[in-house]
Amino acid sequence: MMTNPVARITQGQFSYLPELSDAEIALQIEYGLSKGYAWSVEYTDDPHPRNTYWEMFGIPMFDLKDAAGVMMEVHACRSAFPRHYIRLMAFDSTRGVESIAMSFIVNRPPHEHGFSLARQEGHGRTIRYGVHGALE
Amino acid sequence: MSETVEKSASLIIDAKQRYSAGVLKYRQMGYWDAGYSPKDTDVLCLFRITPQAGVDPVEAAAAVAGESSTATWTVVWTDRLTACDSYRAKAYKVEPVPNNPGQYFAWVAYDIILFEEGSIANMTASLIGNVFSFKPLKAARLEDIRIPVAYAKTFKGPPTGLTVERERLDKFGRPLLGATTKPKLGLSGRNYGRVVYEGLKGGLDFMKDDENINSQPFMHWRDRFLNVMDAVNKASAATGEVKGSYLNVTAATVEDMYERAEFARELGSVIIMVDLVVGWSTIQSISNWCRKNDMLLHMHRAGHGTYTRQKNHGISFRVIAKWLRLAGVDHLHTGTAVGKLEGDPMTVQGYYNVCRDSHTKQDLPRGLFFDQDWADLRKVMPVASGGIHAGQMHLLLDLFGDDVVLQFGGGTIGHPAGIQAGAVANRVALELMVKARNEGRDIKHEGLNILQRGAKTCSPLQQALDTWGEISFNYASTDTSDYAVTEQFA
Repeated sequence: MMTNPVARITQGQFSYLPELSDAEIALQIEYGLSKGYAWSVEYTDDPHPRNTYWEMFGIPMFDLKDAAGVMMEVHACRSAFPRHYIRLMAFDSTRGVESIAMSFIVNRPPHEHGFSLARQEGHGRTIRYGVHGALE
Repeated sequence: MSETVEKSASLIIDAKQRYSAGVLKYRQMGYWDAGYSPKDTDVLCLFRITPQAGVDPVEAAAAVAGESSTATWTVVWTDRLTACDSYRAKAYKVEPVPNNPGQYFAWVAYDIILFEEGSIANMTASLIGNVFSFKPLKAARLEDIRIPVAYAKTFKGPPTGLTVERERLDKFGRPLLGATTKPKLGLSGRNYGRVVYEGLKGGLDFMKDDENINSQPFMHWRDRFLNVMDAVNKASAATGEVKGSYLNVTAATVEDMYERAEFARELGSVIIMVDLVVGWSTIQSISNWCRKNDMLLHMHRAGHGTYTRQKNHGISFRVIAKWLRLAGVDHLHTGTAVGKLEGDPMTVQGYYNVCRDSHTKQDLPRGLFFDQDWADLRKVMPVASGGIHAGQMHLLLDLFGDDVVLQFGGGTIGHPAGIQAGAVANRVALELMVKARNEGRDIKHEGLNILQRGAKTCSPLQQALDTWGEISFNYASTDTSDYAVTEQFA
């Protein structure tokens, strides 16, 4: 159970908005393509804030210039992993950037468990914190 | 231009005559060279000067070149022991400032041998060391600077840079959101951490210590750090996002600052903060420390208004921003254009360019007088902070794009339904606007409608719009680029 105001994991560009429809997702894909980005689909069942490397659902689609093609990959990933987190990421290869330019979640599990915070008391008043996936 | 500048100079070539004891005009000593074409390795400066009545502008420009390089008030024979021409800065162009009678733009070139590699303290001691108190000038302002690639490459620049910052935080494709914890004075450590927790859990990426939060009687620094990091970790678990709070390590001595920085690292903070008032050498030292410790460095430009704001005297903030990118900071307050603090929108955009460009192009209406190749130096994340609120989200995104931290202090903590609600309002407004822009909407003009429609399903945003929707700070800016009033922009 997530206790933040939107009761879900808030990673990505649009987690505070109502779920994007497929038509709305396609518009975002088109925007990225117009900027020359390459889209990639990634999925995970471990959305820990420090889990950088979600699984790649194929390599980034460098040569795909059409939102419908990217949406096909999104649909295929959703069919294969309906209860996983799935995100779309856009890569920008411009010199001086060479990183991710967009990232947003396009699939969530039906119930988001969230995280628990483990505390270990240290010297003085210090506490070591660990964020762990909640089991419930 | 109506006014003309008398540029004839009678340089004294004969060495015996040049070095006979006495006082010469600066232009005769070799500090004025109308035919000089700057080398790619020269540091170039543009000064705005106001000569005293009766002082010829070319002589004044030559004096600026002289006093910011080798000259003293009289001829010294010891010059002849040196390759002195290399060490003389050269004023090479003077123009009247449009619509500002009595003021002149003076371009001055400095050979690269004048500067110590990687030292802002040295560069500033040369360029602004003496000349601003020079009596023949009523006033002087360093408007812009071009640092040659050869010299830029001797600086390490930002320890992290905005691209790697995003990778570390796992936040892409939207501005980051922050808020300064308020009230800035008087909260106990425990109460302070409460504000941090509410803001971060509500949807902000960062909270921030204010510039004058150090270690006062009401809250010692270790108490603040402990409580803030408790809040940061709790908020991270509540949202599944990486969160941070700028821990201000500014202190009486550099040793104290290292101690505070190390405690911040030990507690797992992703970011520390320093105030500009700590000085250039301290900034460079702390920047090196951040590089070694994978730490973001937030720079609060405390005090800059004392010398950047008045157009006729001081240093333009664009120069300070260039020096800070070289010195190595990851975040820099660069103005909001629409908020409570000084800033003409185009001039402010010029500062953003300085922070974020790979190659800054000359852009006179934005106050950028020179091309600047940044030699692949990492980019600084600009921070817009001061009197902004959710109802201005479309304007902020339109002016500044994605690579900026938008800080809503009062606009979060002053929300009628509480801090979390304030944070939600800002985050929802931001995501609505990014989404709309990407969909091809004209957010500058449709923005308010988009916010109002989004507010129908988000009561915190509705309350924010009801509270602050009409507030703007429409005062004329003190610091504008006077080039903007010439031909094409009049």
